[in-house]
This record gives sequence, C-alpha cells and structure tokens, in this order.
Amino acid sequence: MKIVCRCEDVTEEEIIEAIDQGYTTLDELKKHLRVGTGPCQGRTCLKVIEKMLAKKLGKTIDDLKKTTVRPPLKPLPLYIYGDEDEE
Amino acid sequence: MRNKAEVVIIGGGITGCGVAYNLAKMGLTDVVLVEKNFLSSGATGRCGGGIRQQFTTEWNIKLAMESVKRFEKMNDELDIDIEYEQGGYLVITDDEKELEEFKKNVKLQNKLGLDSKLITPSEAKEIVPYLNEDNILGATFCQSDGHAYPFRVVQGYAKKAKEMGVEINKFTEVKSIKKEDNKIKSVVTDRGEIKTNIVVNAAGAYSREIAGMIGVEMPNKPFRHEILATERYKHILDPMIISFKYGIYFSQQKHGEIVGGIGDPDEPSSYNIKSSLKFVERFTSVLGKIVPAFKNLNIVRQWAGFYDVTPDAKPILGYTEGIDTLIQANGYSGHGFMVAPRVTELIAELIVDGKTSMPIDELNLKRFEGETVGEVYVVG
Ligand SMILES: Cc1cc2nc3c(=O)[nH]c(=O)nc-3n(C[C@H](O)[C@H](O)[C@H](O)COP(=O)(O)OP(=O)(O)OC[C@H]3O[C@@H](n4cnc5c(N)ncnc54)[C@H](O)[C@@H]3O)c2cc1C
Ligand code: FES
Repeated sequence: MKIVCRCEDVTEEEIIEAIDQGYTTLDELKKHLRVGTGPCQGRTCLKVIEKMLAKKLGKTIDDLKKTTVRPPLKPLPLYIYGDEDEE
Repeated sequence: MRNKAEVVIIGGGITGCGVAYNLAKMGLTDVVLVEKNFLSSGATGRCGGGIRQQFTTEWNIKLAMESVKRFEKMNDELDIDIEYEQGGYLVITDDEKELEEFKKNVKLQNKLGLDSKLITPSEAKEIVPYLNEDNILGATFCQSDGHAYPFRVVQGYAKKAKEMGVEINKFTEVKSIKKEDNKIKSVVTDRGEIKTNIVVNAAGAYSREIAGMIGVEMPNKPFRHEILATERYKHILDPMIISFKYGIYFSQQKHGEIVGGIGDPDEPSSYNIKSSLKFVERFTSVLGKIVPAFKNLNIVRQWAGFYDVTPDAKPILGYTEGIDTLIQANGYSGHGFMVAPRVTELIAELIVDGKTSMPIDELNLKRFEGETVGEVYVVG
C-alpha cells in the first residue's frame, strides 16, 4: 500500500479506484478524496497524482485540465489579515 | 451521447442532479443531463453546505423542513456518506430591532413545527464556549439545522439516476437551443445535438444565459461570494454560526476544517470569480468579534462562487410563459443547496404529473411583472 497524499492519508489504490469510478480530473479527485487539500496544499502529492491520471487516461500532462491553485499557498493564521482593535 | 430524450437537464449541480434522480425515481428515465464542466463544479461544489430551516416565510420554512427530512435519510437512500451533521444553526444578533424580528420569526417557525427557540447570550455561550457573549444581545437556535458535503450529495444523486437509466454527460456545454413556433425542438451542445421537448434550466448563475438562448428574459443576476477554509482542528464548534446583519456564516465540517464566508454589500453583479484579500480581512474582523480565539486558526484555502440572485431573493420555479416546456429551477439567491431535496422533487412532479404536492405557482417567472414579498433571511 503506497501513500500518495500524506496530509490526507490517501493511497495509490484509492486514487486508481476513483479514476476507474469516473473521477477523471484533478478537481474531482480533490473533492472526492480530498487529495491535495491538506496543509501542504498539494505541493507534495498533486504532481504525482497528475502523472497517475495522465498515464491511466493515456493523455499528456498538458492535456489534463489544470486545477486552480487556491490562495494562500501556505497556511496562515487569520489574525494576519485583520485586527480586532481596528475601530 | 444519446441524440434524443424526453427531458434534457442543463446543469450538473444539486438542482440538475436532484431533478434527474427524482425523475428517474418517478419512472421517467428517458432523460439526458448535460454539464459543461464536472458535476458540482458550479455553486454547489463551492458552497458552505449549510442546511437551515430558520426562515421568515411560511413557504421557505416548510420547504427547508421537508428537505431536512430527506437529508436525514439520504445516506441510505443514495448509498453514500453525505457527511451530514445536525449541530444546529445559531443565529446571533447585537441589534435590538433584529431581536424583535427574531421573536416574530420563531413564533411562525414554531407554529409550523420547527424546533427553533430564542435564547440568551449566556445560553448561546453554553452551546459555543468560545463565543464572546458581550457582543451579542440574543440569538435563535435550531438543533435540527446542520450541514452536509455538497459534492457527495451530487455524486449520490447522479449515481442513482444513472443506475436507473438517466444519461449524465460531464464536460458537455450547451451552445444553443432550437425552437419552432415557441416549441423546443433540440438542445445543441459542443458534443452533439439532442432532440427534446422539455428542457430543465438548472444552470445556476448561468440560467439567465440559457433562457436567453431562446429569447426568454430573466431577472437573475450573478454575484460573487467568497469563502475560506482553515486547517483541520479537533472538534471545537457544534453549530453553524450566522449573523444576517453582518452577512457572516461559519461552521466546522465533519473532517475538522472551519469553513465560512461573509457577504459584501458593495459587491457588483459580475462573473468575476477571483479570490480577494479584502474578503479575508472583512471575514476575520467580524469573526474576531464573535469568537476571538478563532483568529488564531490557520487558513489553508479560499475560493469563490456565484449567488444566482433574483429581485425578491426567492427561486424561480416552474413553467415559462410562452415556452411552456422550458422548466425553470434556478435563482436560489444563496440558499439553494439546503432546499434542493424537496425542490427537485417538486420539479420532477411538475414534469411527470403536471402538478406539484406543494404549490409553486407563486414562484413562477411571471411574478416579476407584479409585486412580490421577499425572503429577508439571506446568508449561508
Ligand atoms: C460561497 C457560497 C456559499 C454558499 N453557501 C450555501 C449554504 O451554506 N447553504 C445553501 O443552501 N446554499 C449555499 N450557497 C448557494 C448554493 O451553492 C446554490 O444555491 C446551489 O448550489 C445552486 O445549485 P444549482 O445546481 O442550482 O446551481 P450550480 O451548482 O451552480 O449548477 C449549475 C451548473 O450548470 C452548469 N452550466 C452552466 N452553463 C452551462 C451550459 N451552457 N451548458 C452546460 N452546463 C452549464 C455549471 O457548470 C454548473 O455546474 C452558497 C453559494 C456560494 C457561492
Ligand atoms: S500530501 Fe497531499 S495535500 Fe499534502
């Protein structure tokens, strides 16, 4: 059993199974298995998953629809954004 | 892809997939659904997943209550885990006038059988220990409100609909609709043409464009709404907390992340879907007043989606005058997920039986020719 997404504890088998079930884009895999949505924001796993997806569908990486990178790139505490004593 | 069908559904969000499921359940399976992107790529997959029954109009309260009955049984019915939790909705206020309104609303809600109640700031603090009770005057609480994971609900509906014979086409965009003498003839997509008589317009914020394809004008307007998620934390928050006055809502999902958003009264209508810093600033400053400790939580993601807003904040449902077989199921104005189980059933009844088990005439598109009474409880 090979773990592909460590933040979310998702294995290679689970990803292959999901692709077989018809989750054929990175966006859908992210929503279905939550891969790429952990604290590392997918920097560790999404590249690997993209390769798996391309191989499985017989496409090149460029063919795959690019997923949106959501800000922020690193987890940040909310207080950085607002000051409760601002009034 | 099939080249003809009795019904073509445009849009693969909770509305489209819910209608597909309910049609099939009622025995109508000659149905094709088309979605330009993936299922739940629109507002549904971007929404907060909040399920609230505390409304101000009788119709909305009933609709939401009946939807909750369906959410409660959904795991079994759709054979999928929708991550449903009934932690309640805590509606807070710091405004005397609003508190008076709360009293009236709770009375109406109780009369209809809803378990909502008016509570004091200290009672609210018992429900949410992190709450700063000094900043609120009172609240209403309804334990059977809650939230679910929208993506799963959509997948569940779509999977069951498919099993019963409905065809679901992802990555298929409707380009035009052909008609003859005000009768729909076919739906033209980028993957082929589908002959049909009946079209369900479930395209969310794009419903206006779909209607425009056959010359029907709609008053819906898209408004960007932003939302964010924090890292996962151990369980620290039971209910969804909302304030109508500040337009804020947030809850903790089953997996531990806190998801929340805040409306911006200055947001213009547009198809702009970018995330902004201004939103996080606004959200954080209001959040800090309600639950000061939450300002230390780490945000990991922010995104945006569209509210499909009508002039009276109520959905547009049913036949279209002039082109009867164009069925509208849109204009949810920011709370379409929570009412979808019941609404999509009603739309299916309309198509199969020609009548509905709950009146929807008031929500017909033609109401905008006259005056209507709006829903004022509009937030997540
Ligand atoms: C940030 C945010 C938070 C929200 N929070 C809540 C909440 O907590 N609770 C709640 O009940 N509601 C909430 N809502 C509202 C809720 O998301 C929507 O009312 C609901 O999801 C609408 O579902 P729908 O299926 O009608 O529309 P959508 O999910 O938008 O689906 C419409 C679909 O039509 C497709 N489409 C459009 N044009 C075409 C075309 N030409 N051809 C083919 N397909 C097309 C789109 O790709 C889209 O997938 C929120 C919304 C947002 C944006
Ligand atoms: S390893 Fe997948 S999100 Fe971090």
